[in-house]
Amino acid sequence: MSAEPILKVRDLRVHFEIPGKGLFGKPSLLKAVDGVDFDLRAGETLGIVGESGCGKSTLGRAVLQLIEPTAGQVVWLGRDIAGLRSAAMRPLRKSLQIIFQDPLASLNPRMTIGEIIAEPLVTHRADLGKEEIRKRVQDMMANVGLLPQMINRYPHEFSGGQCQRIGIARAMILEPKLIVCDEPVSALDVSIQAQIVNLLQDLQRRFGLSLMFISHDLSVVRHISHRIMVLYLGKVMEIADRDSIYARPHHPYTRALISAVPIPDPEKERAKERLIISGDLPSPINPPSGCVFRTRCPFAQERCTQEEPKRRTIADGHELACHFDGPGL
Amino acid sequence: MLFFRRKPALISGEGAPVEARSVWRNARLRLYRNKAAMGSLIVLGLIIVLAILGPSFSPHEYDAVYWDRIQMGPDFANQHWFGTDGNGRDLFVRTLYGARVSMAVGLLATFVSMVIGVVYGATAGFFGGRVDNLMMRFVDVLYTLPFMFFVIMLMVVFGRNIFLIFVALGAVEWLTMARIVRGQTLAIKRREFIEAAHAIGVSNLTIIFRHIIPNVLGPVIVYATLTIPQVILIESFLSFLGLGVQEPLTSWGVLISEGANVMEVAPWMLLFPAAFLATTLFCFNFIGDGLRDALDPKDR
Repeated sequence: MSAEPILKVRDLRVHFEIPGKGLFGKPSLLKAVDGVDFDLRAGETLGIVGESGCGKSTLGRAVLQLIEPTAGQVVWLGRDIAGLRSAAMRPLRKSLQIIFQDPLASLNPRMTIGEIIAEPLVTHRADLGKEEIRKRVQDMMANVGLLPQMINRYPHEFSGGQCQRIGIARAMILEPKLIVCDEPVSALDVSIQAQIVNLLQDLQRRFGLSLMFISHDLSVVRHISHRIMVLYLGKVMEIADRDSIYARPHHPYTRALISAVPIPDPEKERAKERLIISGDLPSPINPPSGCVFRTRCPFAQERCTQEEPKRRTIADGHELACHFDGPGL
Repeated sequence: MLFFRRKPALISGEGAPVEARSVWRNARLRLYRNKAAMGSLIVLGLIIVLAILGPSFSPHEYDAVYWDRIQMGPDFANQHWFGTDGNGRDLFVRTLYGARVSMAVGLLATFVSMVIGVVYGATAGFFGGRVDNLMMRFVDVLYTLPFMFFVIMLMVVFGRNIFLIFVALGAVEWLTMARIVRGQTLAIKRREFIEAAHAIGVSNLTIIFRHIIPNVLGPVIVYATLTIPQVILIESFLSFLGLGVQEPLTSWGVLISEGANVMEVAPWMLLFPAAFLATTLFCFNFIGDGLRDALDPKDR
């Protein structure tokens, strides 16, 4: 892992305008991602966790410019790519790829998997001949654990796990530097999840890939990530190394998430202390004042309603957005 | 091996690429099991073969007038199998010539409307927003033009011409096709495989032609098979009003129109062309139904 980050995200914001009701209704603003900063180094995996609707997927797509960010910077290899036009973005897409949550929906049902995996090559490598493309596709199929002779089959003939391998092969074939994994395993069986996660780790080690691993499954994130970022309502709550965040989570939200992960040991499971938060995620159209988490935080105080907590470093590489140092610890 | 020296354990035997059962092949197999659709396909094929080869079995020409055999019933001695019309022309040959014209109008006008409608609708749906609004409002405006008025204007300006009928029908039929394709495109463009194509960096035009159009073709084919009889009917209607094909050339609409005038005294002049038209329309409708069932994604 080199020290210089290949991706720097600074104060990234994605706001959607929701049209008002009726003809003259006032449009409202949905802040899906609201001021997110992070760095990603080569060969590193950043786990991004949070509830449904906290802006994880939007963040991933905004980094790839699939959704245009409203404000902020996305610095890729020293160059700000936020808001680049699609023509200017095209050559960069070789090194930025994405894997989707629904494996079958991410494959065109009318194309054979050979055509699907070859599409990045056909798009970016016009210099390659048909034979060479076919050879590379079959090599990549072997790399992700698919039988190369299945090249002429169609996506509907494959299982979910196999479809996800096809999606990974498509993302990997141009040897990208960064892959955004948007909940790549949450639609799969647990046994298949492990295979896919191990495959991703394997590929990462071989090619020095960086991964943005978006998930709401904390055990999977713990397994694959080097660092973990906790999002809540489009804002970063806590970001730290994997080991320190699991050993000593400071933010009440992080602690609630981690304590909700079941331990496969009934004795320990019964004995463990739980931090249960109540209520639902507030509407991102109308977020709470001050600290966005205060409506569900068991330690919320007067100060939390008035003042938004600044993100501060509490230990080496451990940043926290809370007024208190681990309240209730 | 490009990247790995190690071969994953999953790969055991080498083998030839396995032939795939594509979505289209599955649909074809389902269509084969549909008796009504297959029967219609056979009957339709027979009508087309008859329209192409039939006239050469008859000793008569489609425009030959027999003064001594005006408005005769079916007569096997003179080989007038369907009888003759009011001008003493052989009805069998004229019905089959009418089949050529009606089928040609139906297929060509439908094909033209399909090409225009698919490209237009996919473009509008894919770009969305203002482009979509502008393009679809233009369609709405065209919709409001009264069809008969449009045809009569064309006739007045360009004179009666069979190609004008193609143009007029194509120009009207693509509107509905564009709306159907636009709706389908709106549904498909949010799917993840389109986003994947964007993430790869595929250009918009390529996305439309490689990813969107193949995936809207199912409903389009179904609608096209239902458009063919519609176009044949409109052409018959135009001919019935005297705006269609030019004598001595004929179409089913013209023949039915002439037959309807004399149906009390010469019913065969109405019955034969009407039976052919009705059979053809039935066939296309059954085939359309069968295709819709065969291509239904929920059945996959």
